[in-house]
Amino acid sequence: MMNTHTRSTDNQGYNYAYLDEQTKRMIRRALLKAVAIPGYQVPFGGREMPMPYGWGTGGVQLTAAVIGRDDILKVIDQGADDTTNAVSIRSFFQQVAGVNTTEVTTEATLIQTRHRIPETALQAGQILVYQVPIPEPLRFIEPRETETRKMHALEEYGIMHVKLYEDIARYGHIATAYAYPVRVNDRYIMDPSPIPKFDNPKMDMMPALQLFGAGREKRIYAIPPYTRVTSLDFEDHPFEVQQWDEPCDICGATDSFLDEVVTDDQGSRVFICSDTDYCRQQLEKQA
Amino acid sequence: MAQVEEQLAGAVDRVMTEGGVYDKELAALAVKQAGGDLVEAIFLLRAYRTTLPRLAVTEPVDTARMRIARRISATYKDLPGGQVLGPTYDYTHRLLDFALLAEGEHPGPEPVVTEPQICPQVSAILEKLELMVTESDDGQTPADVTMAPVTYPCDRSARLQQLVRGDEGFLLALGYSTQRGYGRNHPFAGEIRSGEVTLELVPEELGFAIEIGDIELTECQMINGFVGGKQQKPAFTRGYGLTFGFGERKAMSMALVDRALQAPDYDEQVAGPAQDEEFVLAHADNVEASGFVSHLKLPHYVDFQAELELLRKMRREYEQEHGPEAGQAEEQA
Repeated sequence: MMNTHTRSTDNQGYNYAYLDEQTKRMIRRALLKAVAIPGYQVPFGGREMPMPYGWGTGGVQLTAAVIGRDDILKVIDQGADDTTNAVSIRSFFQQVAGVNTTEVTTEATLIQTRHRIPETALQAGQILVYQVPIPEPLRFIEPRETETRKMHALEEYGIMHVKLYEDIARYGHIATAYAYPVRVNDRYIMDPSPIPKFDNPKMDMMPALQLFGAGREKRIYAIPPYTRVTSLDFEDHPFEVQQWDEPCDICGATDSFLDEVVTDDQGSRVFICSDTDYCRQQLEKQA
Repeated sequence: MAQVEEQLAGAVDRVMTEGGVYDKELAALAVKQAGGDLVEAIFLLRAYRTTLPRLAVTEPVDTARMRIARRISATYKDLPGGQVLGPTYDYTHRLLDFALLAEGEHPGPEPVVTEPQICPQVSAILEKLELMVTESDDGQTPADVTMAPVTYPCDRSARLQQLVRGDEGFLLALGYSTQRGYGRNHPFAGEIRSGEVTLELVPEELGFAIEIGDIELTECQMINGFVGGKQQKPAFTRGYGLTFGFGERKAMSMALVDRALQAPDYDEQVAGPAQDEEFVLAHADNVEASGFVSHLKLPHYVDFQAELELLRKMRREYEQEHGPEAGQAEEQA
């Protein structure tokens, strides 16, 4: 391991895991605060990273701040290990941190994700790092940060319920299918990042530590293990998740989030698991 | 000149798009003459363009028949025609490569040699499934913002023309503002495609179309938040962006702003600057904008003298009322 580490950093002329140690310390301090106040957005001195803003710079900074040589890293985007951005970020950490990587959810100590929570339940000791584009759940109701910070401080969340109610009045449904707002530990309303609302229930009482990094917006927040996370709803319009009429075309799973694949320009389509590791596991069970 | 054209292809494509002329050699000349100042180069090309006679009008280009060099969709993992990555800086790690300093090699994306192919458009697939608002040619002669002054509100053709010629940075910032809540429109990059399309012309004496050449285009079709609900069958809306050459950032920005400017069409509240048609379109042109900003460097002696005279007169009146020392104490406070 030591050899891998030395070789990779020597080649690059960059510190272990890219960030300098002062920056890592700053991020770790923000993380401690974030864990102490679940769901609260902690401002941090986000740095430029060698990938563009919006491509996971927040998640990459968190991963860089917590990763060590003994970690086994898994990176997914849209649930899949083979999507281009996931491949890119995984190879980045192989290069600058010399870590071992895996595609198997249960083998990973550290999982960086964009837009999904793995189907396989996470365990105590694992860390899930989310890439977050817009950390402020109230942003699309009130664009000004000066206002939204006040609303969080005063726990003034009526406006969010009004928005959800207006959806019901207009569309007959709450018209939010992803980035569906949650309440953490009965206090802060939090944006779960643009995961489909299908994944929201997995956040509740999760044994793993959940960290959220928004690089461009320079915010970090966290959900400690075994924390209550509830999706906002109404008594007469309870929260519900997406369902599909057909199973995965590859593994036959009926309990996973499915992606639509268009097979011709006439509108024919099939559905397959978005979580590639889960899909493979199901196939192996059948074999 | 050929070196500028090849090694600064990004600059050349931007100058062609905002300059409103598809001519790589002239755009390269403008970049060289302007010393790399792209707004100046765009100005040079526009000032040349305006002297050219208009000989004919080509048939509308069919981007569905584009010979694809790059084609990606962020909404489907796989789709007919596939994801074609092509030349791009995406997914590269932005680490300075000091080796290039010594070798002096061109650091651009590796040219990707793939057999150009034709593939169906994502928006057409969604239209066929009736999941997206249908847009079609209404057969009317489009406006021409280079020949006739623009009036507001203006029609879609005039709006799109102005956006194509609009400053990339300005549109990028406005598009970004919609993503941050100032006029949000739930965008998905339904499809971005770059490649060659064929230009066709119908000469009067022949009466049928003949091919006159190929140009490179980049097109972005953004899929946006749906309209409809209880009263009307819900469907996704769309934003459109198009540039000469490989202008992906500009095409995406344009598509975001195009959709933002459709707010009144869908009875949406105009809440952000990007949704304000007159604000956006009247300030998007960087030749107009840089001209008027830079004109502040011209002599304004006479106007300034007039203002100075008025200011002195007002100060005299102030002193008569409050005494000569009053103003100074306030200035120090």
